[in-house]
Amino acid sequence: MIPAAFEYKRASSAAEAISLVSQYGDEAKFLAGGHSLLPLMKLRLAQPTMLIDIGRISDLSYIKDAGDHIAIGALTRHMDIEKSALLKTHVPLLAHAASHVGDAQVRHRGTIGGSLAHADSASDLPATTLALGATYVAQGPKGERTIAAKDFYKGFLESSLNADEILTEIRVPKMTGAGWGFQKFNRRAQDWAIVGVAAWRNNGSSGVALVNMGSTPILATSVSTALTGGASISEAAELAAKEAAPQDDLNASREYRIHLAKVLVRRALEDASKK
Amino acid sequence: MTMTEVRPNTVIGTRLLRREDPALLTGEAKFTNDLNIPGALHLAVLRSPHAHAKIKSINTKAATALPGVVAVYTGADLKSMWAGPMPCAWPVTADMKAPQHFPLAIDTVNYVGDGVAAILATSETASRDALDLIEVEYEVLKPVVDLEEAMTDNVIVHDELGTNKSYTWNLKIEATEGCVEEAFANAAFTVSERYVQQRLLPMAMETRAVAAVPQPFGGDITIYSSTQIPHILKVMTALTIGIPEHQVRVIAPSVGGGFGSKLNVYAEELLCVGLARKHNVPVRWVEERSENAQATIHGRGQVQYIELAADKNGKLTAVRVRIIGDMGAYLQLVTPGIPLLGAFLYAGVYDIPHAYDFSCTGVFTTLTPTDAYRGAGRPEATYAIETAMDALARKMGIDPFDLRKRNFIQKEQFPYTAFSGLTYDSGNHLAAAEKAADMADYAAVRSRQAIQNVPSATKRLGIGMTSYFEMCGLAPSRVLASLNYGAGGWEAATVRILPTAKVQVVTGTSPHGQGHETSWAMIASEKLGIPAEDIDVLHSDTAIAPLGLDTYGSRSLPVGGVAIAGACDKVIDKAKLIAAHQLECSAEDLEFAGGVFSVKGSPDRNMPLAAIAFQAFTAHNLPDGLEPNLEAQYTYDPPNFSWPFGTHICVLEIDIETGQVEILKYVAVDDCGVQINPLIVEGQVHGGIIQGLAQALFEEAIYDEDGNLKTSTLAEYLVPAASDVPSLTTDFTVTPSPTNQLGVKGIGEAGTIGAASTVMNAVIDALSGLGVTHMDMPASPHHVWLAIKAASSAS
Amino acid sequence: MKINITVNGTSHDGEVEPRTLLVHYLREHLALTGTNIGCDTSSCGACTVHLNGESVKSCTILAVQADGTKIVTIEGLSKDGEMHPMQQAFMENHGLQCGYCTPGMVMAAIGLLNENPNPTESDVRQGLEGNLCRCTGYHNIVKSVLAAANK
Repeated sequence: MIPAAFEYKRASSAAEAISLVSQYGDEAKFLAGGHSLLPLMKLRLAQPTMLIDIGRISDLSYIKDAGDHIAIGALTRHMDIEKSALLKTHVPLLAHAASHVGDAQVRHRGTIGGSLAHADSASDLPATTLALGATYVAQGPKGERTIAAKDFYKGFLESSLNADEILTEIRVPKMTGAGWGFQKFNRRAQDWAIVGVAAWRNNGSSGVALVNMGSTPILATSVSTALTGGASISEAAELAAKEAAPQDDLNASREYRIHLAKVLVRRALEDASKK
Repeated sequence: MTMTEVRPNTVIGTRLLRREDPALLTGEAKFTNDLNIPGALHLAVLRSPHAHAKIKSINTKAATALPGVVAVYTGADLKSMWAGPMPCAWPVTADMKAPQHFPLAIDTVNYVGDGVAAILATSETASRDALDLIEVEYEVLKPVVDLEEAMTDNVIVHDELGTNKSYTWNLKIEATEGCVEEAFANAAFTVSERYVQQRLLPMAMETRAVAAVPQPFGGDITIYSSTQIPHILKVMTALTIGIPEHQVRVIAPSVGGGFGSKLNVYAEELLCVGLARKHNVPVRWVEERSENAQATIHGRGQVQYIELAADKNGKLTAVRVRIIGDMGAYLQLVTPGIPLLGAFLYAGVYDIPHAYDFSCTGVFTTLTPTDAYRGAGRPEATYAIETAMDALARKMGIDPFDLRKRNFIQKEQFPYTAFSGLTYDSGNHLAAAEKAADMADYAAVRSRQAIQNVPSATKRLGIGMTSYFEMCGLAPSRVLASLNYGAGGWEAATVRILPTAKVQVVTGTSPHGQGHETSWAMIASEKLGIPAEDIDVLHSDTAIAPLGLDTYGSRSLPVGGVAIAGACDKVIDKAKLIAAHQLECSAEDLEFAGGVFSVKGSPDRNMPLAAIAFQAFTAHNLPDGLEPNLEAQYTYDPPNFSWPFGTHICVLEIDIETGQVEILKYVAVDDCGVQINPLIVEGQVHGGIIQGLAQALFEEAIYDEDGNLKTSTLAEYLVPAASDVPSLTTDFTVTPSPTNQLGVKGIGEAGTIGAASTVMNAVIDALSGLGVTHMDMPASPHHVWLAIKAASSAS
Repeated sequence: MKINITVNGTSHDGEVEPRTLLVHYLREHLALTGTNIGCDTSSCGACTVHLNGESVKSCTILAVQADGTKIVTIEGLSKDGEMHPMQQAFMENHGLQCGYCTPGMVMAAIGLLNENPNPTESDVRQGLEGNLCRCTGYHNIVKSVLAAANK
């Protein structure tokens, strides 16, 4: 319950955060909402010696209409995403997915950037932004770069973000009338998904991504390809786990996860056909 | 003498709001870890990461050197501090095998979480930091995780015992010798079922906490503990540490739930006391949640084999039960007795000939010790008989409600001596069951089910029921003697009327959420005719309430509450002598109602209790030889257990594509006899049901093959939240207990006892069309899916 | 580190280690022990307080992160000796038994009504998904919150 000792610095801008992390090196960790990191630290499963608090960088909390996409500041909280009228209009799938993250208290603190940077395949927003074809903006000592969501996730809790970079913005294409479905299957509402599905469909195109079906969020490209090729929803859903590599855990075997993915992809696509 | 308004006796049965609530709702209440104890050192316990290992060496140097650390002790360092090993108060058989159990392991650790070293530091933070600096070298031994594997003795937990079997306890009741065998040989129908009662973590929301405050020069020690049993803890601490009992005072401050898990004497309590005495300073400890999962007792943990024999009409003719009970690594306070509390309930609510064969073997494993958890043995027994009844109904092709009706003990048969040898006080099972069936719309659900559960249906409707008897009011001391229990089952109360006619009720019960202060004041108010708000209830401090056997086993009301009524009677009897003296009449001529004594036939000649209290205090004009003051102590030893009963029904739907269970309706009709406060009774039923439902659908202590607990936090151990459980429909029948003057029975555990089998019977009912006839708890989506898959590949 | 937090309307200057959790700061530095600790994984919600008007779990926030914020704890709810309507509703509907989860549950429930003043039963159940209670089975908690919403 009591974390190991660490030093603490508060950054007031992205530039300051990056300069601090360059100064302290590998031992430093960024702290946004803290809802991924602090529980691990309390159990002493993580023991960083320096925390750089980026939670106060106020100019990174926004949701803006940027023409073909919505630009979301990395420090925007889940609750703000859930309640955003702009997102409800243009990217309803993301607003809806954000309402399923953790519980109300967690959504008041946790941020989209923190969640994506933590790169937990069991979290809802990595897969959702992946399905939506989002682009993440990272800032580091060498300046800014954009990373497509599909190139971001590298392994278990591992992303292509360098240790001295922070996420500053998430760019999510507008859904322009696409239907969507979101399925989160868990035993208690507050838990991570055993399997989750974020899906959208618009005329010939679609995007389907899976939560907790491997060490990274999984883009179910075979499903989209099949749909484009004229497969029915049921037929396409049978391909749900083609790209996935799920594991056994306390709540589900690998086999059960694969089965669930098929059922939930089908249901998400059926919802997408209605919405 | 003035006329006093006669107050009608109508307190019992009202929904009086709880007096406990304002302090709890405003943060004013103090739980143990809220207490400000100046100068206290903080204890932290290093715990074994291995299920079974020899301790080769412990290096405490770096930990000792950490700033703030006062001392670090190993089990060997402290061995001389103990007058004896930790207590097990229930040696169930004369030849029961029990390992020696000390607060810190000395040579061998026997479960993940077994204490290895103790740190004392000036802050909680320093004590926690020091844990990381102790180096222990272990020689890892083979663990014993599976119960049936433990029975083989291939790997032995405690070498010195030579076996993992602690005891085998048998109960065979036969009207004529060999009649059990005969009944099975002649049965038209038999069922033979195997059930697993998974281990559960009690997870009281307040983890355990202790503070021991010594008086170095006076020699006394005060122990604050988040416990259900201050009185038992006092005796056991005195014996284990070798302190004269009169120098130990135990206080249980506000206690944040127990559910049996705080019905124990724990290593950390003894460490705090021992080390506080050694260092002559207060020592405190608070348990972390992940520590709680490993170091606080677990519940359930049984494999049950039950066989029923029935004639061609489904009338039960014999019951045979074999149990393997998981003791865990050591015997805690009442560990071995828990499965035996169920031994008397395998007859359920049914009229069965005296043909019963029960046997339980308690075995050691290298897991956290088990002990009492809400219901303690009785939910397990009820689960077995009630799910086996459904299995029998399926085999016979009849409705399970119909089968139950054919077997219920009829209300005219009470008091009824069951094949277990105990006598049920009162009951009316058919009435409760029919009421529940009406509320659940049983017949309509059955019709809907026939339409809904067609072969193509992906949402399957199920309905399940349980009719239960609970054995409450632990316990008649003579019955406990026959079970070799190490104490009695009485409860004590003192009622004291102060000079201003305010009342102090002193009880030996020790509440931790049950609302005793409110209910006990209501009982005394009813008896004395004094408003409840003028009655204070004192408890949970052995200096204030020195006599008591505490709170567990739904005993507080049927034993402790009845003791209060008895103490009130004694006070009234004494007051009557004073009234007679002052009214110049004979005591026989007085009647007492609404707090006023009056002369029969001359109501204007009267004297209220309030006036008598003052007379008793001044003692100016008392009958010759009568002691001043109005106070009486009464100890009640119940002549029998009390037997609440009821029927629960659950209607649910299962999504067979995912295995998800959704409860559509949960109905409970309970009968706990006379209700003191229906508001509190309903609350107990609600909480109990959800705890039982959680066993059926959510909770399970999962161990890996090495004996590591994989569900050691509330993120992994699935205590459900409001979002995960249904609203409940509850109602009651009232069949007073004839064995106590209040007619009460107890309600603390009934919900839990009824719920698990109710839900599981509904689950199996929903899936029976798919060939599913059995599933172990919890019916998680994954388990449901596996069961459907197994059934479809078998067919 | 030096921090300043306004707790229940009073500004407090404090000196804490960076690792001090907000809940420990409230309980140990300010002696506000009404806020309880029930787990170590942000699962149980017993430690729920309001931070700038919103419910948060004070076990998952460092005191230094709360520097400059306004915190309200269970001790800050009653006014002029009267309990907050939510506290009253819990009492009237028997929404508590042992009372350990209660401060966090009440704070979460008030936060819920701030965001959704007219919730359905389902809204209340979903809105309290982050708070565990072992005694009540939630039935009367839900009833309490709905009653408070209708006051």
